[in-house]
Amino acid sequence: MTELPMRERELLVGRSVARREDPRLLSGRGRFVDDIALPGMLHAQFVRSTVAHAELASVDVSAVREVPGVVAVFTAEDLELGDIVAQLGRPLSEFVPTAMPVLARDKVRYVGEPIAIVVARDAYAAEDGLEAAKVSYATLPPVVSEEAALADGAPLVHAEAAHNTLVDVSLFATDGIDQVFESAPCVVAVDATTGRQNALPLETRGAVAHWDDREEQLVLHTCTQIPHQVRTVTSRSLRLDERAVRVVVPDMGGGFGQKCVVGREEIAAAAAALRLRRPVKWIEDRKDALSASFLAREQHYRARAAFDAEGRILALDTDVVCDMGAYSCYPFSAGIEPLMASAEMPGVYKLPAYRVRGRAVTTNKAPTAPYRGVSRPQYVMVMERLFERAARELALDPVEIRRRNVITDFPYTGVNNITYDPGSYLESLNLCELLVREEGWYEKQAAAAAEGRHLGIGYSCFSERTGYGSAAFAQRKMKVVPGFDISEVRMDTSGAVSFTTGTMNHGQSHETTMAQIVADELGLDIAKVRLHQGDTDRITYGFGTFASRSITIGGSAVRLAAAKLGEKLCAIAAARWGITPDEVELGEGAARRRAAPDTPDIPNAPDLLTYEEIADIAYLQAHLLPKDIEPGLSATATFDVFNDGTFSNATHACVVELHAGTGQVEILRYVCVEDCGVAINPQVVEGQCRGGIAQGIAGALFEQVTYDAQGEPSATGFMDYKVPTAHEIPDVLIHHLETPCAFTETGAKGAGEGGTIGAPAAVLNAVNDALRPTGVELDHTPITPETVHRALNSTRNSALNRELSS
Amino acid sequence: MNTDPVVTHPQLQLITLDVNGEQHEVVTEPRRTLVDVLRHDLRLTGTHVGCEHGICGACTVLVDERPVRACLMFAAQAEGARIRTVESLSDDGGGGGGGAGGGELNDLQRAFSEHHALQCGFCTPGFLMLAEGFLAERPEATKEEIREVVASNLCRCTGYQTIVEAIDACATARRGACANPCDSSAGKEH
Repeated sequence: MTELPMRERELLVGRSVARREDPRLLSGRGRFVDDIALPGMLHAQFVRSTVAHAELASVDVSAVREVPGVVAVFTAEDLELGDIVAQLGRPLSEFVPTAMPVLARDKVRYVGEPIAIVVARDAYAAEDGLEAAKVSYATLPPVVSEEAALADGAPLVHAEAAHNTLVDVSLFATDGIDQVFESAPCVVAVDATTGRQNALPLETRGAVAHWDDREEQLVLHTCTQIPHQVRTVTSRSLRLDERAVRVVVPDMGGGFGQKCVVGREEIAAAAAALRLRRPVKWIEDRKDALSASFLAREQHYRARAAFDAEGRILALDTDVVCDMGAYSCYPFSAGIEPLMASAEMPGVYKLPAYRVRGRAVTTNKAPTAPYRGVSRPQYVMVMERLFERAARELALDPVEIRRRNVITDFPYTGVNNITYDPGSYLESLNLCELLVREEGWYEKQAAAAAEGRHLGIGYSCFSERTGYGSAAFAQRKMKVVPGFDISEVRMDTSGAVSFTTGTMNHGQSHETTMAQIVADELGLDIAKVRLHQGDTDRITYGFGTFASRSITIGGSAVRLAAAKLGEKLCAIAAARWGITPDEVELGEGAARRRAAPDTPDIPNAPDLLTYEEIADIAYLQAHLLPKDIEPGLSATATFDVFNDGTFSNATHACVVELHAGTGQVEILRYVCVEDCGVAINPQVVEGQCRGGIAQGIAGALFEQVTYDAQGEPSATGFMDYKVPTAHEIPDVLIHHLETPCAFTETGAKGAGEGGTIGAPAAVLNAVNDALRPTGVELDHTPITPETVHRALNSTRNSALNRELSS
Repeated sequence: MNTDPVVTHPQLQLITLDVNGEQHEVVTEPRRTLVDVLRHDLRLTGTHVGCEHGICGACTVLVDERPVRACLMFAAQAEGARIRTVESLSDDGGGGGGGAGGGELNDLQRAFSEHHALQCGFCTPGFLMLAEGFLAERPEATKEEIREVVASNLCRCTGYQTIVEAIDACATARRGACANPCDSSAGKEH
């Protein structure tokens, strides 16, 4: 690494500054939603549907009220709440809006759908109450797969959605693409599916709601990534002015997208608190979190790609169907997965011709939410399978075929009308391969093959759009267009700084990384800087945290606001000294005169004014301020990305060994070369990569929610839903490249999702590499031991066949 | 207004729990789990509930110095045992945590922070108590043994690598401190 000049080395941005959230989290002083206890607080549980699809014949909760400890029970009829409706601004031929009632009315559409809320003196009594509820169902035939949903004459999950189709878009169709396929020397196809997953934050969802008489506000403590949008929906559903709802988010035990949609239970809990005028707590148990909470990821791709004889991709034709489950989630709608896949599938490759159809179908399964990476783990997997298959057909090295296709000239505008900002697509690929070679994995693979063992090496290349500004989301035609962020930076009379962000930390270290940005901008000790987030009364507005937008967009707003405050500090100091603001510089907690003092009008003025002294003037000695400077020290700034966004990129490599006896896939090595622009805190970036890769491996090898023919979910506990442990997740070597981003204030691009995006493709390609002698190729995740075992047995069979026939 | 549970519930018992060296008397139902009593009755909320069926380990506490899933144990079963929660690790002990900064972190907690072995921090108390109990029992543990033990709990953020590294670094440092003539101050760190 090159030696930095002295001044730059003093900056906090770029350094692995110790996390400021750690001491409280390590000593048990974190405050999560279930840690909140209010006087007179009651506890809620939900009567949930036990069938996947039915008319509600009757809901009799009279016996529930007789259960000791139960205080109240409410059905949809009792609460009369407004429905949650997610919208896209698209014609009905492309998008069908559907309503998600807070509590089921008339009909249930998945096992676990909430029907009534039971409120009791404690959670145990509330659970006792559930057993006394009598719900009778007039069952309807359930729709439990994408194929069944689209079949002619399929039962309808929502009467208004013909063919169970909520979204049907064909965003791109290059003229002449069919002729390209007809004349191409090499055409490969995959029929790829990915399993339904649970984002699975360790802290389940939950809420504590109470009415504050003094503020005339409903206060809703809940673990959400999007506090302001939860406020909007809660106030509309309860028919309150929006200012009469305050959403407060305490520490949050992960979210990964599952908590970036508005759930029904927190609104029902708020309604119960309003009715009873007592605090009501609801904490989701793990059984509900696994089966009835928001799920994700179940997609089916039928994709074809045409290549020339040198392995250059000529055309891509894809049909993707996403199984969105029973309801369209707010605010993203059922469009989230098919629109993401359709818009971005070409990924890091130069693609001349593209046709895509993206659909979202509704089924009688738990509804889906975005999950870390959204569609990109899947379409990257499909793209990478297509390249691997073409490489085999054309007898090319798998890395070489990628090298011939990745975008190298920036800015590059793709066939999907996206302009990619500069990245290190080729450099990361080359370096990743080099790191794998240097560790001798190719030799180890050859040696293993000689011993009859099955070692495979797989790669994946991808980019991820991170800085989704309003412009990029507006293209989706969402009715709620996220994009900008607002930050306020305020200095108090002690010279200490509080600042806000509209993003919402749930493990990404915002308290540290954003404070690094402010401390650098103002030249202030980081201990004097404190972030506030997750309170709709304290933060003007925000879209929360998803799509790796916190540092790119939130961090940029923070930096701009800090810079504005810095300007005011300079202006006040300059006025004191009778000089111009550009003659003042900030640093080490003080304003200084750049040149030697030469200010006859204020003879006793010092060369230096500490922030405390400036703040004293701004608040307590405001008569000293010139007329054009307002008292007080606060500044607000907004930031947005007005082009197609910013793109982090990476190459992942995975080495696996397949065990013939058990079909187990063991990961021997994992290498990641990532480029998220300027890394504000490299240790935090590495943490995001490692955690993301673990979740990607989980999707590749372990986790899946399946349903039986009646729509009963298989995974209701951790015995069935296999979350990988330290046994299954390998150590990961991470190498950083840094292509600073021109579109953000910090040069950062965002690092939250890349790990999860790259891992499934790298693992699947490695497994397929290990299976190469068998001739079997797998295009489905999770890859089960049974599949691998069967594939390896086919080796023996074909070897045996060869022996017999020779 | 709801009536007081002490009056209305037929099945209540008085139990005495020794938590972080303090005696607590609790009136509770026999079915109430240890983790619920610690969190909601004693307000020691550092111990978390992740799954309520003994797999994720977020509720791990020490019972007579051994790691135990507090969601699988009834509070009544813990009578007569010494219970330690995450609140006992910092030097102010007992979960007092007074003042803005709270107590000094112990060496294991500091190792977690130095190695970025936590992100959202929800599973962290469980991992800390797991490691605290394990290292007391096997101070000579190898990194591989530590990985085995770390595999008993679930973390969704870190990918585990840094948790293993933090515990290994702490174990190594403790052994280093003991390898020197074992004076009282080195022993006290443990």
